[in-house]
Amino acid sequence: MQFRSRLESLMRNLLRKHEVDADLEEELESYATMLADERVAGGICRPEARRSTLAELGGIEHIKQSVRDGRTGITFELLWQDIRLALRQLRKSPGFTITAVFTLTLAIGANAVVFGVLNALILRPLNVPQAESLFVVQHGSDVASHSYPDYLDLRQRNRSFDDLAVFAISQSGLDTGKDPSNVWQYETSGNYFDTLRIQPYLGRFFHDSDVHGPNSAPYVVLSYAYWHGHFQDDRTVVGRVVRLNRHPFTILGVAPPGFQGTILFFVSDIFVPVVNHEQLFGDKMILNARGIRWMFEMVGRLKPGVTPAQATADLNSVDSYLKKSYPKEESNDPYTLARPGLHGDYLNGPTRTFLTGLMLLSGLILLAACANLGSLFAARAADRSREVALRLALGSSRNRILRQLFTESVLLSLAGGVAGLVASILLLRRLSVWQPFPRFPLHVPVSPDANVYLVALVLALVSGALFGIVPVRQILRANPYEIVKAGSTGAFGRRITARDVLLVVQIAICAVLVTSSMVAVRGLMRSMHSNFGFEPRNAMLVDTDLTTAGYSGEKVPAMQRRMIDAIQAIPGVDSVGSVNYPPLEPPGTWQGLVYTDTTEDLSPSNAAADPNMFNISPDYFRASGTSLLAGQSLLMA
Amino acid sequence: MSSSQTNLLQGTLDLLILKSLKTGELHGLGVSRRIEQITRGAFQVKPGSLFPALHRLEEAGWLTSFWGESENNRRARFYRLTKGGERHLGHEAEEWQKIAAAMSHALKAT
Repeated sequence: MQFRSRLESLMRNLLRKHEVDADLEEELESYATMLADERVAGGICRPEARRSTLAELGGIEHIKQSVRDGRTGITFELLWQDIRLALRQLRKSPGFTITAVFTLTLAIGANAVVFGVLNALILRPLNVPQAESLFVVQHGSDVASHSYPDYLDLRQRNRSFDDLAVFAISQSGLDTGKDPSNVWQYETSGNYFDTLRIQPYLGRFFHDSDVHGPNSAPYVVLSYAYWHGHFQDDRTVVGRVVRLNRHPFTILGVAPPGFQGTILFFVSDIFVPVVNHEQLFGDKMILNARGIRWMFEMVGRLKPGVTPAQATADLNSVDSYLKKSYPKEESNDPYTLARPGLHGDYLNGPTRTFLTGLMLLSGLILLAACANLGSLFAARAADRSREVALRLALGSSRNRILRQLFTESVLLSLAGGVAGLVASILLLRRLSVWQPFPRFPLHVPVSPDANVYLVALVLALVSGALFGIVPVRQILRANPYEIVKAGSTGAFGRRITARDVLLVVQIAICAVLVTSSMVAVRGLMRSMHSNFGFEPRNAMLVDTDLTTAGYSGEKVPAMQRRMIDAIQAIPGVDSVGSVNYPPLEPPGTWQGLVYTDTTEDLSPSNAAADPNMFNISPDYFRASGTSLLAGQSLLMA
Repeated sequence: MSSSQTNLLQGTLDLLILKSLKTGELHGLGVSRRIEQITRGAFQVKPGSLFPALHRLEEAGWLTSFWGESENNRRARFYRLTKGGERHLGHEAEEWQKIAAAMSHALKAT
């Protein structure tokens, strides 16, 4: 009953304000008239009766105001008044408003962008069910250091994981009958999808039960993006046979949209069972070679109740057994666990440090913006000292004036926050589809979510409060009598030192920011123009893949020579060379271990060095513009 | 006790207004005259407290108001107790009796 009546009053007070006020006016008027009637009846003439009545009432306006102050929804009413006044004030000084909003847009936008990246890469859990129990198994400092037999042993002998899956990354030629094209693929263990506990978007995934030894599972699962882009969302692809490196593989299904595996920034096109590696690449021994660590990442799901520390101890006890059984092949590196998403500790640490640094810098930007706006606000309050003094003299409370100033600052900061958020969303969207290296399916998946919106809003409100608070002391100390007496050059704000402090703070912060950005830009310039030992000018790269075209064994060098000769014959071509991985690109599995002459036990732990190995053609150094420090180049056999 | 010095507590004023309307609908001036009458002139309610109180009680749902004609054929806003208002008056009167009894007992105690 009471609640309903309150609600009705609230609606009436807010929506039919004029009617309510007119009613009140008329009621008070009739009260005064009836009071005057009484006096007329008492023998006083009407004008005199009316005058004395009004004098006794003490001002009808005053009564009206006290009735209004008691109304339901008075807070909204006052807030609305404050907002309207603030908007009018801001419209009167467009220069100030535009400067303030623009400053805030930049500052809050920068913070929202950095937080968006931080949120997407570090704070947000992986897009798989129960991501908190999923861990990356690392061997030593390098994540990519598991051999396939080691994986099988770890999987079979550990007692801590519900399931342990592994995958390698490689490229294949996918032929749907028309143009064969290069695809990036995850070669995974059969239980990969089951370990991650995800469900297919279409068709089905392959499971452990599909895998029965080498080359037993010629199946392929498409990523959603690849299916969308190359099969035009054709739902009949399930069951179709395509050729991978010229071998027939059956499409089983399509992975769900947004599924990115356990590496956030690497987008794979297809998934195939790793047991078919020999079929795809003609390599008979790598699946059984304990010494070749080519598995890119091992992920495991902990059993409920098992802590990461227990699981690590368990893995290392399996490892000590393996070391005893295969002393030649096993290294001494311990096993550790890491959070999935950024390829274990390999990228997690650097990313975290980098983003924390950036977050700190953008926080400083916001602080500088607040200092700047704070002094602007203080100056504005000083300019408006006479207005404030007049309002105080007319009976406005200091609270009311402060609330009005705060309304102004919060309105500004909200406007800046919204503009900054919109800008950051646009930027983050661009960043999400940006592919920094055309040859690699690398992405920065940083689409903003509710967290980002929330942070931007909180930052806006906090900064609004921060710079709104600066002129408070000024207002509280103001003496309206003194100011009005002193005229427009009033003493109001003359003694302020807060503004000077703010100015110093602002300059200090800006000095830090400018210096750090100069250092960063200079570093970038230097790395762009530094000498990497090859000459990129006038060089062209041609990407070829003979394996995916079905060449193997003896036919490969012959075809390579034919290609080199054909390109050499093109007029204007100075020199041609081939290399298995172009400069600055990390050679995937092409690593060779180097041993000293005296080493007899050729186990990986005894290796003297582990250099990157590039396979080149004789003219490669001439073509790349690399000069040798000593000795001579290879000659064509 | 001089009437001009009597400081009306808000709760007291609300109770007096509700009580004055118990016998029937009244306009603002009527309410103030009626309170004067039933308190034997002890309380003279000024419009500056009367009208805010009337509107507050109406918004709370204890009173309803409507436009009518006064005894002198003036258009005036009349107030009337609602069902809820009557219940509220009963409840508040009871509370007040208890407090008043307790207070007078306390003041008589030696």
